[in-house]
Formats: sequence, structure tokens, C-alpha cells
Amino acid sequence: MVSDATLIYLALAVPLIGMFALMATSRWAGLRDALVVTTAAVMFSVVLQLLPRVRDGQRPSATLLELFPGLEIAFVVEPLGMVFALLASGLWIITALYAIGYMRGAKELHHTRFHVFFCIALFSATGIAFSANMFSLFVFYEVLTLSTYPLVAHKGNEAAKKGARTYLGLLLGTSVGLLLPAVIATWWLTGTLEFTPGGIMAGRVDPAIGAILLVLFMYGIGKAALMPFHRWLPSAMVAPTPVSALLHAVAVVKAGVFTVLKVSVYLFGLDYLRELATSELILYIAVFTLLAASLVAMQQDNLKARLAYSTVSQLSYIVAAAMLVSEFAALGGAMHIVMHAFGKITLFFCAGAIYVATKKTEISDMNGLGRRMPVTFFAFFIGALCVIGVPPMGGVWSKWHLFMGAYDSGYQLVVLALIVSTLLNIAYLIPPVVRAFLLPPPESEQTGGVREAPVLCVVPLSLTALGCLALFVLAGPLAELLRPYLAVAGG
Amino acid sequence: MSEHLPALQVVIALTAAPLVMLLNRLPRVAWGVTLVTCWATLLVAVLLLLQVLDGSAIHYEMGGWAPPWGIEYRVDGANAWVLLIIGLVSAVVMPFARRSVEQEIPADRIGLFYSAFLLANAGLLGIAITADAFNIFVFFEISAIASYALIAMGRDRRAVLASYQYLIMGTIGTTFLLIGIGFLYIMTGTLNLGDLAARLPEVTDTRTIRAAFGFIAVGISLKLALFPLHLWLPNAYSYAPSMVTVFLSATATKVAIYVLLRFVYTVFGFEFSFVELSMAWVLMPLALLGIVIPSLIAVFQDDVKRLLAYSSVAQVGYMILGISFASALGLMASVLHLFNHAITKAALFMAVGCLVYRLGGVSLTRMAGAAERMPWTMAAFVVAGLSLIGVPLTAGFVTKWYLLQAALMEGFWPVVALLLATSLIAAVYIWKVVEAAYFRAPPEDARELREAPLALLVPTWVLTGSTIVFGVWAQFPVAAARNAAEALLGVPQSW
Repeated sequence: MVSDATLIYLALAVPLIGMFALMATSRWAGLRDALVVTTAAVMFSVVLQLLPRVRDGQRPSATLLELFPGLEIAFVVEPLGMVFALLASGLWIITALYAIGYMRGAKELHHTRFHVFFCIALFSATGIAFSANMFSLFVFYEVLTLSTYPLVAHKGNEAAKKGARTYLGLLLGTSVGLLLPAVIATWWLTGTLEFTPGGIMAGRVDPAIGAILLVLFMYGIGKAALMPFHRWLPSAMVAPTPVSALLHAVAVVKAGVFTVLKVSVYLFGLDYLRELATSELILYIAVFTLLAASLVAMQQDNLKARLAYSTVSQLSYIVAAAMLVSEFAALGGAMHIVMHAFGKITLFFCAGAIYVATKKTEISDMNGLGRRMPVTFFAFFIGALCVIGVPPMGGVWSKWHLFMGAYDSGYQLVVLALIVSTLLNIAYLIPPVVRAFLLPPPESEQTGGVREAPVLCVVPLSLTALGCLALFVLAGPLAELLRPYLAVAGG
Repeated sequence: MSEHLPALQVVIALTAAPLVMLLNRLPRVAWGVTLVTCWATLLVAVLLLLQVLDGSAIHYEMGGWAPPWGIEYRVDGANAWVLLIIGLVSAVVMPFARRSVEQEIPADRIGLFYSAFLLANAGLLGIAITADAFNIFVFFEISAIASYALIAMGRDRRAVLASYQYLIMGTIGTTFLLIGIGFLYIMTGTLNLGDLAARLPEVTDTRTIRAAFGFIAVGISLKLALFPLHLWLPNAYSYAPSMVTVFLSATATKVAIYVLLRFVYTVFGFEFSFVELSMAWVLMPLALLGIVIPSLIAVFQDDVKRLLAYSSVAQVGYMILGISFASALGLMASVLHLFNHAITKAALFMAVGCLVYRLGGVSLTRMAGAAERMPWTMAAFVVAGLSLIGVPLTAGFVTKWYLLQAALMEGFWPVVALLLATSLIAAVYIWKVVEAAYFRAPPEDARELREAPLALLVPTWVLTGSTIVFGVWAQFPVAAARNAAEALLGVPQSW
């Protein structure tokens, strides 16, 4: 029986070891690419080892070091973190395969550098998932920002540099300018940063101060992309598509909403949150963001930009879920992390596959493309349905619980907003599919039957599309795993 | 032997200085003697610190003459900490110095150069260790005059002008200090710091003592480069030889800050300085201006040495800010920053020294694309730069953490916001250098570049590594800084 601490350290160490192995083998492209997938697979299996223990009600923990009295880098694996770590590491395997196909197919340069920073990003995402206190989480949060910067700037042209600068500026600016003071103030007011069921603020922090802290936290967690600090996400779309897929639909953005959930449940505590004057304000900002981003998404002709704004919108579902303070909403929010991840990564994989096969990025150029790339567009369709929340996709469950939660808490306006937003989802995600399958292709492209992207692009996107379907039946076990978290989060 | 450690702390370097001068014909030997001297100095500093970590103090009567007739050396948690900083930086910079100095200083002056360096070193150590006000002035002059010579030996002819500028400003500073000490002597009849502290309360309510306070505060502020009395610093740091910049940036201003603290807390006392004269309300605005304005100026510099020099002025602002909170926590944050900034800035200037060694100069245009050929040097710059910004797990973060808490304790929210904003400005100017080195193409007429020699790289990485070590394992510096703050406050604190 391997000890808890060993497993946790191993889960963190594997991507770093993999990183050095990649650097050492950068001269042999085949070997290096095989190592990327191996690293991802090993990491996932290590994380998977933790699952039975967490399901049995254990909380594996480890303390790495104590910076100075009271301030530690420490880890605890609880259900929500378990889910996030499984999600990130599991999808990394598929993304690694996809990235190999994409990077070769799209003739990108600097493959080793690309995979190296991917490893660091996954390392820090796992660190975020397992953090036992807000300080550790903050450290890994910053490492995640810094390690994804070179990935966004990967192409090295002016557009990439400009996008990357916005990316870094907003994420660092919000985290240093708002999150860090919130963390320090919390430490100073409560004397601890430990994630504690029920929160650490009740009885220690005056609700008036708490209300300010909540705003600082919610905007400080820039990765959750609440408006008006959402611009970094569309800017990040200059990155190669595997980055957009795993990092800017899963690891980075979900790290953001994961932090939102952690902070509201384990630092504020839901009872205390309910007392705060600003929790409703944040709820309405989230609702505004999810509507406004959907409207903006409809205007985007560039497929990746549309998906990015869709992500901004979907993230706000989860922030709203945290602010609704009900068991249904909490389950909906936690589930949506997973459901949206599968749906959105599929959509991005498809966008990348279309780019590799045809160099097309604009939706208006995709007329009739479904005849040429049927698998890709069918997967796109499934991913879109999952994000919208239509059975038999997993996405239906998270939406369902969100609706229930909003209704349950008596926020009829939020229920209405969710309905409108779902309609908007349909309005911006389905047209690309309709164009591709139903409209005739332009004269110049009439030739030749099916020509899909390389196998290494098509297989991963089919796998994640299947995942969307599988989650429809797997939602039960997922809810079961999350139950201890809900006991806390449901109040 | 061990009871003479306080004397040895200064005497070793002071006696080695003329010896090294005599070895002027043999530059390598001169370097070797200087190296051994500096390591011995570090050893003494470590031994002294270990003795006072329990909160005790060592009294040493020079030549057996009891104070107030003789000169007393007194070592407590506060100055042992400063002695360690000086010892550490000089011990690490010496291995670095050999190749760097051989390239930058004409061979027939290397012995003289090291001699001056040892004098500057001994002067700074003397300032820190002595408990005699006049002796502080004397050591200030020893270190200052030696520093003028060191700076003037820079390759660029403008170094001479920079040195002259420093000489004028420095002399005004020490003269003010001397006038202040004179006033104190007139009123109390003693120069021993402990005696002064005991006798001052009887006469504090006089104009002479207030004037003395003013002269001393302004005089030392000139030496520690408090904004807007910092004008000598950017030129001096930019044009001095590489190793001189490393050494002075890490030690000279720190020692001056220590002297300020010693006068404010030990001699005049907290009550007089902060309550009666409301010194905090003078220091805080100057500290804040001193953080913001030089940080902004740094962003627009093209020469990296000058950029870092302006950043040094801003960092002095952080230290003064901590003092201006007039709380134990603020004081401790300042004292901690003496150390953390010393190792951080020394590491940065060493990395710059490596670049100068290969490139001849460090304007942003000249160092464009340098990272490809000098990856280790630039990596050191990035890591130390992160510490300067205050990224978690670096030494710089630990200070920021305590400084922000001290600000929160007073409820100074705007100050908190400003501190964070200036961290971002630091990120901007460090980023400028990183962008030039990593993302720009090298200039057309670039010479063939190679990585800096190991003799330069290893010391650079020793300090760079220590910014990480003391960022991750901060218990030791935090404990030492708490001990130092307690020594200054005179009463144990509950942290």
C-alpha cells in the first residue's frame, strides 16, 4: 500500500519528471512524442490511485514545507479536487495525442518547448486541485499563469505576442492586485488560510469587510473570467488549438472556477456567504456575464473566438452556482466543471481539426464542409449538444441541477436568464453544424469525397465526443463522489 | 580568541588593506589575500550572529579602555544581522571579482583596487559594529572615501563624474551627521550610544537636541539614498565596475539604514522620534514617493544597470516604509528586507556583471537576443528578478508578505494597494529586460557571444539560489529579523 503522501507527490512529480525527459529526448521527435503520452498516462493512473481512498471517505494529505510559521505548502485531496485532478490529467492523455497530430499537421515549430510548458501547466493544475490552503493554491495559480504564457505566445508573431501580453497582464494584474490582498487580509483577519468545511470567516470577520473581500476574491480569480476581466480568454485564442482545448477550456479556466468554489465553500462558508451584502451582487454580475458573453459569441465569425466567449459564458454558470447557495446549485456547478470540459474540449478539437485539414478559421467559410469532414462535424454536434445541455449528453445533468438550484433558492430571474442563455447557446453553437451539413460548398471546393484531418486529430475528438455521451450515465457515480462536498456546500 | 571576535570583525579587513596595496605588482596574490580576508570576515560575522541569536548582546572594550573613555563595540541581534549581510555579500562577490576585475581594471591598479575594496568593507563593518557615535562618523568616511575611489575606477569616463557627485553628496551627508553628533556631545558630554540613550531624556526638550535629530536624520538619509536625496545613486551604480556595483548595492545603503534605525530606536528612543517628532509622517510620504517615482523612472531606462539602480532607490523606499509604520511588525519587515533585498539585488547585478563581461555593456539594444547564447546568465536574472518582484517562493515575497501585513495592521489600505501596484511596475521593468534578451533578435553587428565563464556564473548562481532557498525556507531570516527588531526595540515581542 503506497502512502497517501507518496501518491500526492508522485502525481505532482510525474509531469515534472516527464518534462525533463522531454528536454533530454528533444532530438528524437518520435521518442519525445511517445514520452508526452506516457507521462500523461502515468500521471492519470497515479491520480486514479487516489480515487478509491477519497471515495472511502479518506482525505489523503501531505505537507511539503513550511515557509514560515503558519504558512505552508500543503495538500489535501477532497472530492472536488479529486474530480478536477482526474479531469485535467485524464483529458491530458487525449490532448497529448491530439497535440502530436495537430502540431505536425499544422506545421507548428518548437514542439519540445510546447510540451515542456504543457507539463508545467498540468503540474500546477494538479497543485491547485490538491492545495490544502489558500496560500498553496495561490502559488500554483501563479505558476499556471506563468507557464501558460509561453504557450499563448507560441507562434511568436505580433498577434501572438499581443494576445499573450493581454493574457499575462490581466491574469497577473488581477491575481496580484486583487487576489493577493484578499489572501493576505484573510490571513491577517482569521490567522489561517486552511480550507475548512464551513469556512474560516464566520465569527472572525465583520460581514462588511467580508463583503469587500468577496468582491476582491471573485475578481481576483481572473481565471474565472467574470466581466469585465474576461478579455484574457479571447486573447488566449492565438495559441495553438491543443492549448485552447485543454488549457483554455479545461485546466486554466476550470482552475479559476474551482478556486471560486473552494473559496466560497471552504473559506467563506455558505452560511456566512449568505449574510454578505455583495454575494447577490456577484450573482447578478455572473448572470450578466453569462448573457452578455453569449450575445458576443453570436457576433463572432472566428470559430475559436466564438468558443472562447461561449466559455466565458459557461464559466459564469459555475460562479452563479456558487453564489446561489443551494445543494442543487452546488452539485450543478461542480458537475458543470466536468460536463462543460468534455463538451468544450470536443468543440476545440474540432476547430483545430478543421484548421489542420483546411486552414479555415471563419465560420462563414465552412459551408458544406461537413461532407468533407463528417466525423469532425458530427463530433462538433455532440459537443455542442453537451454544452447546451440536451439529452443524451452529460451536460443535461449539470444544467438540470442549476435550474433546480436557482428555482430552489427563489431566484426566478436567474431561472429566466438560464433559459435565455440556453437558447442563445443553441443560436451560436448549432449554425456551424447546419452550415457544414446542409449548405452546399462553394464552387471551388466541389471536388473529392471525405478528407478528414490526420488520425491523431480525429481519434481524440471522437473519444471526447463519446465521453459526452458516457457522462450521461456516469453522472450518478460522479454525484456520489461529490456527496461529502455537497454536504458542506449545500448548507 | 573568541572574546576578541568583535575587534577581529573590523581589524582583519583593515590590516589586510595596506598589505594588499603592497601586493599591487601581483594582482592574483592581491586577489587571493582579499578573498581569504572576506571569507574570514564572513566567518567572524556568522560566529557573532550565533552568539546573539538568543537575544543577548556582546560588549567589547577597544584596547581595554572602558567606555565612555574608550571606544566600545557592541554586537546585538540588529547589527550582527547587518554584519552577516556585509560578510556574506563580500564573500560571494570575491570569487566573482577575479575575472570581472581583471577585465575592467588595468592590471597595474588591481592591487590598489582590492585595497580600496577592503577599506570600504572594513568601513561598513565598522559602522555597523561600533557603539560610539564619533566612531560611526569616522567609519562612514573610511568607507565613503574608499567607495569614491572604487567607483572612479569604472571603465566609462563618466565614472569619474559619478564618483565626484557621490563625493559631494556623501560629504554633505557625513558632515550633517557630524554636526548632529557634535550637538549631542555638547548636550550630554558623551559619544557612547548607550550613554547617549541614558542621558538624552533629561535634555530632549531642547532645540539643540531637535536640531541634532534633524541633522542626523537628513545626513543619514543622504547616505541611504532616501528619495529625493538619492540623486547620487543611479550614476554611481551605473558607472562603477561590476563587482563594486554588486557590493555597494547590497551593503552601503543597508548599513546607512541600520544607522538610522540605531539612532531612532536606541539613541533617541521610539517615544521621541515617533511620538514627539512624528517622524512617521515625514518618512511615509517620502517612502511612498520613493517607491513610486523611481519605479516609474526605472521602466523607461535603456541601460540595465541604471534600471536596477533606480529599482534600488525604490527598494530603499520599501525599507523606509516599514520603519514608518512605527510598529514592531513593520520594523521587522524592514530589517528582513535588508537581507532579502541584499541577496536579490546582488544576484541581479552579478548576472548583469556576467553580461557586461561578454557584451561590454548592458543597454537593452546591445543585450537583445542574449538569452540564446547566455542561457544560464539570463536564467539567473529571471529568477532573481522574480524575487525582486516578490513572487511567492522567493525571498522577495517573504518581505512583501510581512510588509503588507504591517500595512494592514495599521489599516492603511491605500498603501496596500500602492505596494501591490509597484510590484506590478517591478514586473514591467524586469519584463523589459527579459523581452529584450529572450524575444528580440540580436543586433546585426553582434559579436559572437558565449556563456559567461564559470568563475562568474557560480557565484551568481549561489546568490540566485539563495533567493529561492530563503524564499522557501524563510524560518531562519524571519527569526533573525525578529531578533534584530527586538534588539532595536529593546523589549521582547509576541509575534
